[in-house]
Amino acid sequence: MNNKVQNNRAWLLVLPMLVLVAFSAIIPLMTVVNYSVQDVLGPNARFFTGTEWFESILNDSALRAAFARQILFSLTILAIQVPLGIGIALIMPKRGWQASAVLILITLPLLIPWNVVGSIWQIFTRGDIGLMGWGLRELGIHYNITRNAGDAWATIILMDVWHWTPLVAMLCYSGLRSIPEAYYQAARIDRASKWAVFRYIQLPKLTNVLVIAVLLRFMHSFMIYAEPFVLTGGGPGSSTTFLSQSLATMAIGQQDLGPSAAFSIIYFLVILLVSWVFYTTIMHMQKDKNPHGGA
Amino acid sequence: MYRIENTQQGEKYNTIFSRTTPAQRRKRNARSRLRSRVLLGLYLFLMILPIYWLINMSLQTNSEILGSMTLWPQNLTFDNYLRIFNNPSWYMGYVNSMMYVSMNMLITICVALPAAYAFSRYRFIGDKHLFFWLLTNLMAPPAVFLLPYFQLYYSVGLFDTHIAVALAHCLFNIPLAIWILEGFMSSVPKEIDETAYIDGYSFPHFFIKIFIPMIRSGIGVTLFFLFMFSWVELLLARTLTATNAQPIGMIMTRTSTASGIDWGTLAAAGVLTIVPGILVVYFVRNHIAKGFALGRT
Repeated sequence: MNNKVQNNRAWLLVLPMLVLVAFSAIIPLMTVVNYSVQDVLGPNARFFTGTEWFESILNDSALRAAFARQILFSLTILAIQVPLGIGIALIMPKRGWQASAVLILITLPLLIPWNVVGSIWQIFTRGDIGLMGWGLRELGIHYNITRNAGDAWATIILMDVWHWTPLVAMLCYSGLRSIPEAYYQAARIDRASKWAVFRYIQLPKLTNVLVIAVLLRFMHSFMIYAEPFVLTGGGPGSSTTFLSQSLATMAIGQQDLGPSAAFSIIYFLVILLVSWVFYTTIMHMQKDKNPHGGA
Repeated sequence: MYRIENTQQGEKYNTIFSRTTPAQRRKRNARSRLRSRVLLGLYLFLMILPIYWLINMSLQTNSEILGSMTLWPQNLTFDNYLRIFNNPSWYMGYVNSMMYVSMNMLITICVALPAAYAFSRYRFIGDKHLFFWLLTNLMAPPAVFLLPYFQLYYSVGLFDTHIAVALAHCLFNIPLAIWILEGFMSSVPKEIDETAYIDGYSFPHFFIKIFIPMIRSGIGVTLFFLFMFSWVELLLARTLTATNAQPIGMIMTRTSTASGIDWGTLAAAGVLTIVPGILVVYFVRNHIAKGFALGRT
């Protein structure tokens, strides 16, 4: 049932999509490539510069620091969100009105525009008018996200966990729902412990959705922009300036066409490399499970 | 018969092979269920707190917000909401956002449906490469495309229009829609297509009259995702608009004036941005879990 028919006329069905995506992806990308090797001084004054911009970007210590910060941030939130998401999925009710009520509540943070997420947390953490800032002050904890880099980091990680853990939880929840009841009954007959059920039944069934979850979370954390921008403006200093923000400042704020184009390409290549690794992993896993299937 | 329901039969089995009595086991199960309910309740409580705070502030006057710390509004007021509904420059922000989001949903679903069908049913030259390339677009950071988008849309005269934002959001929404739809379509048996052709249906007739109704829950989930990602994205929407098509998220930044930030109005505007999302999620709640697995589990 799974083998597809060879039919090159299927290209006709893909064509409208291709035209549109080409308009919104290929043309802009070509522009970026074009800028990255040129020095643009005006509409008619352009010089070919070769790899000069790439070299200057790769040697820029501020950008390297932003990159290191980005990696640290992405790994931290993955380490928190994935286990937490699995945990929440495990304790979510399975059926009835409770299940849909919890689902609706849990999706809430995902549906808030990203800069509003920043605003919410800005309000929430302020010492004078925010519940969290006020609560911490009452507990005698000195907390100030505009002065203390550590506090700013902690707040951004907390905000991201609040914002995106629901996505991981929902993916895992749907993965758990697809496990047939018979597996659990077999485990009960074998008197398997809860841990054994999780380790040998639930976790293997979850790997597929977990790969998607990790992939989406990694990509989105690399693109994080609006939330820290609204919350801390990248400060104090540059302690919470991530890659997207450095790029947006460079491209729109300073109009440095060449360097920002070169930066974009390096940025895009990193993402591409990671997504390729993930993609091949997913495809291999599917092939292992279903030898006749495939992508 | 190996079928053992979680009822008497299972109970009997457990009684034979286990040392714990049924009463003990039931008690243990009840305790573990209670524990998970408490943990879940705690998580939901902490999750709701920031949103509660936003709602709380939106119902207070600015003097109360900046004055003493109150856990709920002392003098309930709806002025903040009235200010938004009475001012066109405010509520047009919501209209603008709605307009480009619905345009994007329409365009995306129209081109994604046939493309997803091609990927799910046929092998053609370069299909795997094309699919991978599509996924890389899903991962392309909008920041990378900011500058070229600005120049491209400016030069073709689309700058500051709703359609510009709708087209820009196609960058990540089309690949996502194809990915989800392909999963749903592949779960429809191929024999249905073949039977329809033998019965003399033409392809468009079959596609619209038979195939689309069969995957309508998949289309619902896809539309939910398209709504969600277009509604929350602001970096592109902000760059491509100036005044006529500005999204609500941008208008919200206007609350900071020389005399300080108008916290009450900011909070009310924030609450109103959550409402459309809640409505959408309410309508598709039964399909969400499946859709989050992208139709693949």
